[in-house]
Amino acid sequence: MKTAKKKSAPRTSAAKANVRTPAPHARAVLSDLLVSGGARLVDLTQTLSPDFPTIVLPPEFGQCRPFRMEEISRYDERGPGWYWNNVSFGEHSGTHFDAPIHWISGRDLPYNSVDTLPTAHFIAPACVIDCGAQAKADADFLLTTALIKRWEERHGRIPAGAWVLMRTDWSKRNDPIAYQNLDDTGQHTPGPDPDCVRFLVNERDVLGFGTETIGTDAGQAAHFAPPYPCHYYMHGAGKYGLQCLCNLDLLPATGALIVAAPLKILQGSGSPLRVFAIVPAK
Amino acid sequence: MVFWGKTVSQVAKRPKRKNPIERTQLPTLPPATRSRVALGLTAAAARGRFELQVCRDCGAVQYPPREVCRACLSQRLLWRRQDGAGALISDTILRVAQELFFRERLPWRIGNVRLDSDVNVIAYVHDSVGAPPCRIRIEAALDRAGQAVLVAMPERGRPALSDDPKLREMTCDPRGRKILVTDGKSAIGQASARALAAVGSDLIWIGIAEPWKKAAGFDGLRELPQAKVVPLDVTDSSSVRELAGEIGGKVDIVVNTNDCHRAFSLAARRGVETAQLEMDINYFGLLRLAQEFAPALKARAADGAANAIAWVNVLSIFALANYPPHGTYSASKAAAWSLSQNLRADLQPAGVRVINLFPGPIDDEWDQLEMPPKLSPAALAAALVGALKGSVEDVYPGDVAQDWLARNLESPKTLERELGETGR
Repeated sequence: MKTAKKKSAPRTSAAKANVRTPAPHARAVLSDLLVSGGARLVDLTQTLSPDFPTIVLPPEFGQCRPFRMEEISRYDERGPGWYWNNVSFGEHSGTHFDAPIHWISGRDLPYNSVDTLPTAHFIAPACVIDCGAQAKADADFLLTTALIKRWEERHGRIPAGAWVLMRTDWSKRNDPIAYQNLDDTGQHTPGPDPDCVRFLVNERDVLGFGTETIGTDAGQAAHFAPPYPCHYYMHGAGKYGLQCLCNLDLLPATGALIVAAPLKILQGSGSPLRVFAIVPAK
Repeated sequence: MVFWGKTVSQVAKRPKRKNPIERTQLPTLPPATRSRVALGLTAAAARGRFELQVCRDCGAVQYPPREVCRACLSQRLLWRRQDGAGALISDTILRVAQELFFRERLPWRIGNVRLDSDVNVIAYVHDSVGAPPCRIRIEAALDRAGQAVLVAMPERGRPALSDDPKLREMTCDPRGRKILVTDGKSAIGQASARALAAVGSDLIWIGIAEPWKKAAGFDGLRELPQAKVVPLDVTDSSSVRELAGEIGGKVDIVVNTNDCHRAFSLAARRGVETAQLEMDINYFGLLRLAQEFAPALKARAADGAANAIAWVNVLSIFALANYPPHGTYSASKAAAWSLSQNLRADLQPAGVRVINLFPGPIDDEWDQLEMPPKLSPAALAAALVGALKGSVEDVYPGDVAQDWLARNLESPKTLERELGETGR
């Protein structure tokens, strides 16, 4: 990787962090992997397909275009020796990355769009918080600061610059109706509560927050104060989002490295991406 | 008594299944060649009207259509609506024909009719018309070639064309047919499915896109005995292709109810996203459906009594002239209208009819700010069924549609100015 050749610079805040080497913690994990004799890769990405749902907004708002694919040619008269497609999608479709510029709270930050975000952030350690049982029992389950602290008692303090991934097993809902889980009061999917987001941003200086659901916020987060707190606080502090992740159940609570490099779209607010984890082999 | 989820009477109406080892017949058409002036008869019949030329100078009614008046040689002949009243003078049974279409369908009853407007016409005779001489009423209909023909109907009573087994081919009667309603989520799609079920269609596939967004009333459709819900998103080529692969060879009538209506003028909405969505559903949706379903329809156009027979598009009167408060929607419907003419040209050689409906404002959420009169979805569905049971191509249901149509026929430029300056 070209970026690894550059000299390291101390990582401070997301705002100043246009550095070109992985964070110290990430480097430590990488060298651990080397000495331990290997690692396995876990794909955390859903397949981009026309059937995969996109976020639902009232119809008078602009809409995220779902993934669509139109054949250019398939070894036929339109192109005799080759097969290819034109694809179209919104920046926030499928398994995707949210950059700070996505939200109004992050609109004036430096390096806030996917084309400018620091390459050092492409690889970062992950803390996986298992909320599978709670989300199964309550679709509107909210992750709280208390639960984060209980997790830290078992697994250690969440390091600065880490992804916090909320495992809910929501990605196992293969039926898009169950995945969206809409009724006439809106969507019912788990997410973090506002105080939890503030804690992760202010007390833990995380890199970002990732979920298996269609957004980083809970389904009912439009009614929170502020609305969509995970978007509002995370992006306001230069943090990122990952959503529609899968296979979080294959990750250890700590020790995995997340590789998440969005497409380099000029002034892009996010993008679908191939995101995967490097997990130390046991 | 219920049999496989259907009542006995519904099952009884279903045509006998065809023998799968027999070759599917290819469609033949009645003679379709018409002079340019004779197409005036077709133009009126396509809207369900019987018109003949009338001399502006001497008032003589003309038949067959011609360049100059049969009485005074004036060239000023105007197409005018006729009431069709007349008398059947004589009739005969055609038993030998060289034309393949007639040869396959012999015998045919035809008659010599004296219209009260003082012209003689040769017409098909509905089998409910008694022996001549008797009073009859002439109607214009479209034959399978899409051309105007005249039919002698009884003076009293209003039997349907399809009550006559031969003339049934001039209609697209949905009774006993297998029908795809492409969008069951909209009020129009739901009303259409219900209306088609009520007139005895055999099977109704009801398309549903984005099933995670629940639509009011949709679940009720599942209770229709003929209904089968199928995934269909016309913005997704693979979805259309998959459904066509699955049921394309079974569909007799496609009813394209897909409609994306956002009430914006071009100045009232920044960007093109919303307009693209309208275009993707209203125009490209029709294109995708046509590319995937039309070939199968053509192949089954002569497939016995339950053949592939029609394609219906729910367009909008806004397609005729841009209605600025709904400017981008109007444009998408105009595009769909244009493409439907391509589809008609494509399906016509097989005898499959394309019917376009041009309703005015619908009584739904996107026409909320439109003043009445507004067409209820049920009224639109009734017009749709009526169009299939009748013999027309273009339907303008409701007062607003009729008004716009008349104004547009009179002067498209005047209508454009009126819509631009003062609203409808």
